[in-house]
Amino acid sequence: MSVSVQQADFDVGAEIAALSRGYPEIGAVASFVGLVRNANDGAGISAMSLEHYPGMTEKALEEIVEEARSRWSLNTVRVIHRFGRLEPGDNIVFVGVGSAHRGEAFAACEFIMDYLKTRAPFWKREETPDGARWVDARECDDGAAARWDEIEIRR
Amino acid sequence: MSVRILYFAALREAVGRSEESLSLPVGVATVGELQSFLAMRGEAWEALRAGRNVRAARNQRMVKGSEPVVSGDEIAFFPPVTGG
Repeated sequence: MSVSVQQADFDVGAEIAALSRGYPEIGAVASFVGLVRNANDGAGISAMSLEHYPGMTEKALEEIVEEARSRWSLNTVRVIHRFGRLEPGDNIVFVGVGSAHRGEAFAACEFIMDYLKTRAPFWKREETPDGARWVDARECDDGAAARWDEIEIRR
Repeated sequence: MSVRILYFAALREAVGRSEESLSLPVGVATVGELQSFLAMRGEAWEALRAGRNVRAARNQRMVKGSEPVVSGDEIAFFPPVTGG
């Protein structure tokens, strides 16, 4: 099971350890953890709620993983994205990749995050001292995802 | 037969519903045409007007406005995504 969409928290250490267990050919594990920040766009954030599109979310994440697997030689991939109400310091997302070498693991991990940011149907609503507000998408996220169309695979 | 339409996040709040079932109106053959049709329902629906930042999915895959719509489809409209 490489993709999970869940309300519950995850154990980062256990997830990283699981990526290479039973794969002696893996020489590199790269991972990313996204967390809830206590401030955004000049306002303090006391909590955030993540809405998603059940059904499509899982499909979108699985497609992103498949795309990463077609670009790099990867042994293991794990993506976990939470939904529901989260507070500063809470985990939001985990991406982990196991591969023979670090170049592919780093690249695939970043690629999955960049694509997830623009393709996975999640929406954040922040609670600030002035009330709740939906987070606006950032143009730089589109740019980060688009650059993978041009980047040469480095090993 | 009809289409199931879903709305998410700020768009769901703007139109005041999360989903509905609709018989495909005459002249509506694409996702973009469906969006334009819905946008003319009244003030609350202006969030769906052309030029607004709206994304769409057909049967749980993100698509462009030129994507065809047929009876039985699940169409979703939502703002640009902000996960991660």
